Amino acid sequence: MRTFRYERSSSVSGAVALLAEAPHGAFLGGGTNLVDLMKLGVAQPDLLVDVRRLVSDRVEELPGGGVRIGAGTPNSECAAHPLVRQRYPMVSQALLSGASGQLRNLATTAGNLLQRTRCPYFQDITTACNKREPGTGCSAIEGHHRDLAILGTSPECVATHPSDLAVALAALDATVRTHGPGGERVISMTELHRLPGPEPQRDTVLQHGELITAIDLPPAPFATRSHFRKVRDRASYAFALVAVAAAIDLADGVVRDVRIALGGVAHKPWRAYRAEELLRGGPADEERFRQAAEAELADARPMPGNAFKVPLARNTLVATLLDLAGGPR
Amino acid sequence: MSTEVEVTLRVDGTPHRLTVDVRTTLLDALRERLGNTSAKKGCDHGQCGACTVLLNGRRVNSCLALAVAHDGAEIVTAAGLALDGELHPMQRAFIRHDAFQCGYCTPGQIVSAVAMLAEAEAGWPSAVTMGEPAGVGSGGGDGPTVGTVTDDEVRERMSGNLCRCAAYANIVPAIQEVARR
Ligand SMILES: Cc1cc2nc3c(=O)[nH]c(=O)nc-3n(C[C@H](O)[C@H](O)[C@H](O)COP(=O)(O)OP(=O)(O)OC[C@H]3O[C@@H](n4cnc5c(N)ncnc54)[C@H](O)[C@@H]3O)c2cc1C
Ligand code: SF4
Ligand code: FES
Ligand code: FES
Repeated sequence: MRTFRYERSSSVSGAVALLAEAPHGAFLGGGTNLVDLMKLGVAQPDLLVDVRRLVSDRVEELPGGGVRIGAGTPNSECAAHPLVRQRYPMVSQALLSGASGQLRNLATTAGNLLQRTRCPYFQDITTACNKREPGTGCSAIEGHHRDLAILGTSPECVATHPSDLAVALAALDATVRTHGPGGERVISMTELHRLPGPEPQRDTVLQHGELITAIDLPPAPFATRSHFRKVRDRASYAFALVAVAAAIDLADGVVRDVRIALGGVAHKPWRAYRAEELLRGGPADEERFRQAAEAELADARPMPGNAFKVPLARNTLVATLLDLAGGPR
Repeated sequence: MSTEVEVTLRVDGTPHRLTVDVRTTLLDALRERLGNTSAKKGCDHGQCGACTVLLNGRRVNSCLALAVAHDGAEIVTAAGLALDGELHPMQRAFIRHDAFQCGYCTPGQIVSAVAMLAEAEAGWPSAVTMGEPAGVGSGGGDGPTVGTVTDDEVRERMSGNLCRCAAYANIVPAIQEVARR
């Protein structure tokens, strides 16, 4: 591991200023991803600005029925918080389906959203990877495809974003509050992460040194009927092959409103706008659910080793919606 | 070039002040600098749980925690769970149930199990308790009822602790014996 300078600041603006002067520096949350990548030689920051105890570590109620999650809130505490469990069960479920009890105690909300891809070639500094070293090529396209994306890929990168939490937050239209060198701003969760395009080295739209201070969940009364379902190679403690976050508003067998995002299929949480559109106002039955899932996946461009993800994503989405509609499993 | 930093750690009840390379993890500080080899290094990447310690009362992977980021912390290892030479009930249960073979994962398993039961008792949910869709199944909103952690629940909550000898079949009953008290 390369050595680095370690700093803390007593103010948000101080922490932001420290990184503004260090183009190769990074914020440190719980360290469960960054320290891992530093050990692997994938990340080589020369300055760590520890923000774990600087940003809020609390979950609070917002006026109007929303909830604010401090960026430093441990994943375990966020998942256990009554406001999150009662109002947005799929957020708790997403967190609890990720990592392990020990990791969730260290990991922070912001760090979770900004964790880097688990593409095995990204993590192996002996292989070519456009995300790690722009312009070197993508080893994954000619390699092992099981964990890779099927939607929104580019010739430069086919990696997926690994965060489960991000999928649930994207479905709920959460917003990300940041403080950067240029001041404060609010970014929609669906726009925080990017598709790879020709610049896979950029995971998100954040500027260097832009600090996440909190995540806001808007009021969503029907999100009490929501579910996060994750399909993976082991029953627990594995990243998603495919994940579905869905919330549904039903009345007399008709879908009044619905929110859906898919995980494990793209470089960002994949908000299923097309499926939502097809479902709204229609019957809450298996046939319509299947049509919506197929429409959403119509543009999927899988590779030989991950073609299974297309039917898997379709079936997982249909099963999740059926569960939520209380129909047969 | 390396950067040295001074940190204070309370480990198994004893305060220590030490100077470490800034890159030192809590695990390496314990094992290499303080001679406390209770927590083990399995993967060094957060994947196996052998390095699990209590950090200010919470179970964490000490291999991914930088010592400098936890200056002033209170750490308890499996060795520190035994008070005044008396084994902790979880340690006795592991012995009684033969819940290990080589023993390499055991300190991490025991620390994790003790903390896990405290989490369950505090009403923290797990993927098993939160597994059913809300408004359909029964599990949507509630944590486990104290004292009724199912075997599935134990397996899920302990999934961050791997055992290469696969002593799982005895680890679950050992934990359950303590949970039922
Ligand atoms: C074995 C293993 C299994 C895992 N399984 C899963 C899984 O199944 N699902 C899943 O979703 N995750 C999983 N994870 C990943 C885990 O959830 C992340 O490592 C964790 O959430 C990162 O949080 P952190 O606070 O430790 O981040 P750090 O490692 O501290 O930081 C991660 C990134 O965020 C940046 N950052 C941190 N805080 C801020 C801030 N406030 N503002 C701006 N930037 C910031 C850092 O600079 C860094 O780039 C797993 C990890 C491991 C090791
Ligand atoms: S898929 Fe992306 S992260 Fe993986 S090797 Fe290719 S460029 Fe790198
Ligand atoms: S050594 Fe820390 S998790 Fe394996
Ligand atoms: S007893 Fe050998 S690894 Fe668990």
